Amino acid sequence: MSSEPRTVLSVEGLHAGYGHVAVVRGIDMRVAEGELVTLIGANGAGKSTLLKALVGLVPPSAGTVRFLGEDITRMRPERAVRAGLALVPEGRMLFGPMSVEENLELGAQVTDRTQTVGSLERVFDLFPVLAERRSQTAATLSGGEQQMLAVARALMARPRLLLLDEPSLGLAPKVIKEIFGALRKLKDEGLTILLVEQDARLALKHSDRGYVMRTGSIALAGDAADLLEDDDVRLIYLGAWRGEGESS
Amino acid sequence: MGGTELLQFVLAGLKNGSIYALVALGFTLIYAATGVINFAQGEFYMLGGMLSVWAYADLGLPLPLAGLVGVAATAAVGGVFELGAIRQRKDGDPLALIVITVGGSMVLSSMARHLFGPNERPLPLFSGGGSVSVFGAVLEVQTIWILGLTALAVVGLWYLYNRTGLGRAMRACAVNRDAARIVGIDTRLMVTVSFLLAAALGALAGLAVTPLTQTAFDVGPTVGIKGFAAAILGGLGNPIAAVVGGLVLGMLESVSIAFISSTYKDAIALIVLLAVLFMRPQGILGRSSREKV
Ligand SMILES: Nc1ncnc2c1ncn2[C@@H]1O[C@H](COP(=O)(O)OP(=O)(O)O)[C@@H](O)[C@H]1O
Ligand SMILES: [Mg+2]
Repeated sequence: MSSEPRTVLSVEGLHAGYGHVAVVRGIDMRVAEGELVTLIGANGAGKSTLLKALVGLVPPSAGTVRFLGEDITRMRPERAVRAGLALVPEGRMLFGPMSVEENLELGAQVTDRTQTVGSLERVFDLFPVLAERRSQTAATLSGGEQQMLAVARALMARPRLLLLDEPSLGLAPKVIKEIFGALRKLKDEGLTILLVEQDARLALKHSDRGYVMRTGSIALAGDAADLLEDDDVRLIYLGAWRGEGESS
Repeated sequence: MGGTELLQFVLAGLKNGSIYALVALGFTLIYAATGVINFAQGEFYMLGGMLSVWAYADLGLPLPLAGLVGVAATAAVGGVFELGAIRQRKDGDPLALIVITVGGSMVLSSMARHLFGPNERPLPLFSGGGSVSVFGAVLEVQTIWILGLTALAVVGLWYLYNRTGLGRAMRACAVNRDAARIVGIDTRLMVTVSFLLAAALGALAGLAVTPLTQTAFDVGPTVGIKGFAAAILGGLGNPIAAVVGGLVLGMLESVSIAFISSTYKDAIALIVLLAVLFMRPQGILGRSSREKV
């Protein structure tokens, strides 16, 4: 008996961009239940735009996005998050003047009120430092704490699919480890995750599968382990990463 | 100048200042939600007085009910204006929206002239023409109404902003609209709500003042400019600063009457505007850059 895991996200021929500039050009991808999938690609390849198109922040111009069997192409972001898609955006986009707790409560506003306490316990368990900082404003947190808050805020919506846009950007190795540890834990609990990362080696190590994006389309796709061994990937993405890593 | 005389100017400054504060609050609310200046804000002030007069004199409603109708109807006009004009501009381009509010302002005042005529229209004092003496200065009862209603509106707005889910969503929207959307806030609804509130605040000011000044179809722009100056003085950022900006502007006007001449009273708002513009050269009409983090 085959037990093919359920498809959570399937994207077909997706186009999106800004004004008349097409940035995402014909993306096909699929994420199955419980998978951690990484999307890598050079700066400007269109990774962030793709994530924004998935949640509706940038409306797709063509193609379809199906989420848990439902067509959500061009669904507005405030509805997409209710459907179960939560984004940890590039640059975190926290509510800086508001407290950690208020940020989290805002994250939870699409869920039933009775769930909020449980969700808070869950994210404080995942990132204990947020519990200590709960009444501090988000703007006063360190970079790592802000990233944790951004992940936690997305989790407060109790998503079925978590989208993360470069969660390691600008963070110290120790903090990056902590965040990836949390992602690992979430995956083990069964959460489906689509991750965009500049640190390709680190991301692929934690992933089941990966996609390589080049100027708006998918150049390469495969199991994470295979991508880590792929000559092109090693040369372009892992090599570049190693060079940067050594200089910092 | 004696102390009593000075106190008299302070009271006058507070009275005018609270009117400017209410109008400035409207500017600030809409700016927070959309990033644009609503040039129709003064017309909400005009409509508040005008529609109350209409409900009182033309419909024959008792004064308190007429006031309520005037404010509620103006709030509805604000909401309809947002739904029918602002929201139709799908990309939210600030410059386009500003032009829409300028056009809306002209439409509203022409309609008021068409419906209610070109003449000034009066409203009775809320509770007669009495006055009380404050350390020798005369405080009209209607001024007490103005100060009281302003205080009530400010407290109510503070409560809404800081103690309710709707208020929190509005604040989130003001900090970062995209972030608000991805956590599930309907930012278009927040824009509509801010227009409703801004219209109601402006209308409340117009209602409270009309018994003292009468109203007419063309009273909007002058008060609009002053509320705008007050909002700019407060930095356009937060509601408390808008209230302070309004009171400061009212005081400045009073001081200028006391020490210079009443001829220049109306120029104070423009001077304030210019001064802030010089100190804030990045511009005041659209939000130049969004707050990150
Ligand atoms: N808001 C925007 N308006 C116009 N162009 C944009 C905007 N955001 C990104 N772009 C352009 O789209 C391209 C892809 O950007 P992005 O999706 O951020 O790539 P990545 O996340 O892979 O670095 C870049 O050329 C970038 O300049
Ligand atoms: Mg990016």
